[in-house]
Amino acid sequence: MSEAKKMNDNKIDSYRRRFLGQSAAVTAGITFGSGLLLNAVAEARPADQPATSKNRWGLLIDTSKCASDCDECVKACEMEHGWGRGSHDEQHSRPEQKAQWIRKVTVRDRATGYQTSLPMMCQHCAHPPCVDVCPTGASMKRADGIVQVDKHLCIGCRYCMMACPYKARSFVHEDLHDQRVDSPRGKGTVESCNLCVNRVDRGEQPACAEACPEKAILFGDLKDPSSAIARRLASEPSTQIRGDLGLDLGVRYEHL
Amino acid sequence: MKPTTFRELAGTSTGYYALLGILGLLIASGLGAAYYMEHNGHWVTGMTNQIVWGMPHVFAVFLIVAASGALNVASMASVFGRTPLKPLSRLSGLLAIALLVGGLVVLVLDLGHPDRLIVAMTHLNLKSIFAWNIILYTGFIAIVAAYLLTMMDKSVSQYSKRVGFFAFLWRLILTTGTGSIFGFLVARQAYDAAIMAPMFIALSFSFGLAIFMLVVFAAYRWGGRSIGGFMINRLQRLLGLFAATAVFFVIVFHLTNLYAAEHHGVEQFILDGNNVYSGLFWVGYILLGTLVPLAIAYFKPFRASMGWATTAALLVIAGGFSIMYVIIIGGQAFPLQLFPGKEVSSSFFDGVVNPYTPSLAETLLGMGGFAFALALVAVAVRLMKFLPLSLADADVDPHYKPPA
Repeated sequence: MSEAKKMNDNKIDSYRRRFLGQSAAVTAGITFGSGLLLNAVAEARPADQPATSKNRWGLLIDTSKCASDCDECVKACEMEHGWGRGSHDEQHSRPEQKAQWIRKVTVRDRATGYQTSLPMMCQHCAHPPCVDVCPTGASMKRADGIVQVDKHLCIGCRYCMMACPYKARSFVHEDLHDQRVDSPRGKGTVESCNLCVNRVDRGEQPACAEACPEKAILFGDLKDPSSAIARRLASEPSTQIRGDLGLDLGVRYEHL
Repeated sequence: MKPTTFRELAGTSTGYYALLGILGLLIASGLGAAYYMEHNGHWVTGMTNQIVWGMPHVFAVFLIVAASGALNVASMASVFGRTPLKPLSRLSGLLAIALLVGGLVVLVLDLGHPDRLIVAMTHLNLKSIFAWNIILYTGFIAIVAAYLLTMMDKSVSQYSKRVGFFAFLWRLILTTGTGSIFGFLVARQAYDAAIMAPMFIALSFSFGLAIFMLVVFAAYRWGGRSIGGFMINRLQRLLGLFAATAVFFVIVFHLTNLYAAEHHGVEQFILDGNNVYSGLFWVGYILLGTLVPLAIAYFKPFRASMGWATTAALLVIAGGFSIMYVIIIGGQAFPLQLFPGKEVSSSFFDGVVNPYTPSLAETLLGMGGFAFALALVAVAVRLMKFLPLSLADADVDPHYKPPA
């Protein structure tokens, strides 16, 4: 091998090394940067300012990553809001009477036998039937799309439970003593997933999204085209459960 | 036909006080049951997060629907000119108010927070059919009270026809509102149908008249006043007509559902389900609550008999409770379709038929409301001139000919 050719090869190797190094840096930068972006989806809103319709908070759930034997999202919700395993209450209530803000649902195709597992909670409809039917306005939708119950106005008529297409709501059947500060609950009122409004207002993610070991639950602002959730919804197929009802859901599913 | 003389019921007999005593006992049991449920919470009831409306709602909706139907006798006289029924118009208005109040008491006492009734009165979400109903119910009581006034106070009697017409319109809207509570539920397979509103109106005619007949027969028999075959026959045939109208709507509702494959599941569950709902539908509502009263109304051997008319009215009421139970409980027992065409299962009882056994407390609350309505009538007819002195053929039949 001639001296000139050896030098030329070394030059190519150094170019290659530099290129690989730069690529790695760019890749790391993008990964790290998008991670930062992901964490910054919900900027903390000052406590004296109301929620606005500039945001619409939502979830995108990738069912292909959701294991049938995993219920970390459910557990995280129970701990966050103090129901189920996260509370010592509801000792008298029968299983059919106990509250469930989020549950794992197994869906089986009758024809093929194919099974899917997914978390089901309030779908935070843009046109929520529970809000329409509530006589007192206790069942309400915030400007940023979060649907929840005003515990001071709820008279416990349960009409919202009749109207919800997702069985997302529960009625509290007995006295409670073990409530969380951020999650008011009480006998004789109706409750449901509130998209962890307490956390979202602090600029954090809902507990279920944070707890999912597979990162199958993506939280973000559906109205912000640069958000990770909006970008993924724009580039990948997704489904709304009972989309035929035209409720325009805040919670979307992938691979369903 | 002679002018009608109205007179308070004497109400001095042991029987009258015994009746009040029994009703009082039922009211006290209902109140006790309500206290027990509210104090402990709804875990002591048969209701769950799957069957959220139970026995109290069956009673409450039945009574509210019957209330608007009870006004029909007055409407038929003043709006449709059926003068033979005119003597009973006052009682018709009274019973309408009483049944509505009875139904509302049950509904309110079953709330998770009955103490927040004032919230329901002051915070109205006008998109909610429930909120409309709060206005429709209170309005109904006010309008029918005004209607009664025009019937009982000669100085304002010239307004009777107009107020009566307004009350008739209001009651149609009111029952439309009650039926639409179910008709507007988009997500439930057993509901979500516009026909719910007219179906409830048709059902209200028969439920209301059946209770009305029982009240009239009890007042006249126990009060020692005379009631002739003419009035009995008229009420009996009218009940047959109303029962037939109601079953027509029920049949159309189910036929329409049977035509659509998406509703086959729920229709099979209700009509052919080897469960309590199918039994109540066919035996309770169709056979006992409709076909037998129809036979009593239109076959000659049963004509103008207070015994048979009472049987028919009791059967229509039993059938009414049956169909209300089927609609309200059966509709919730059938699983919600989260993923149409697919099987679902979860820890929250998705995809399974939801069981429900009414607790004694729920039933006592419902019966307490019914008893309260009847007690209001029993006291009112003693205090005020609601009942004609006589409903004998000579007094009410325009073509009456004394026996030769």
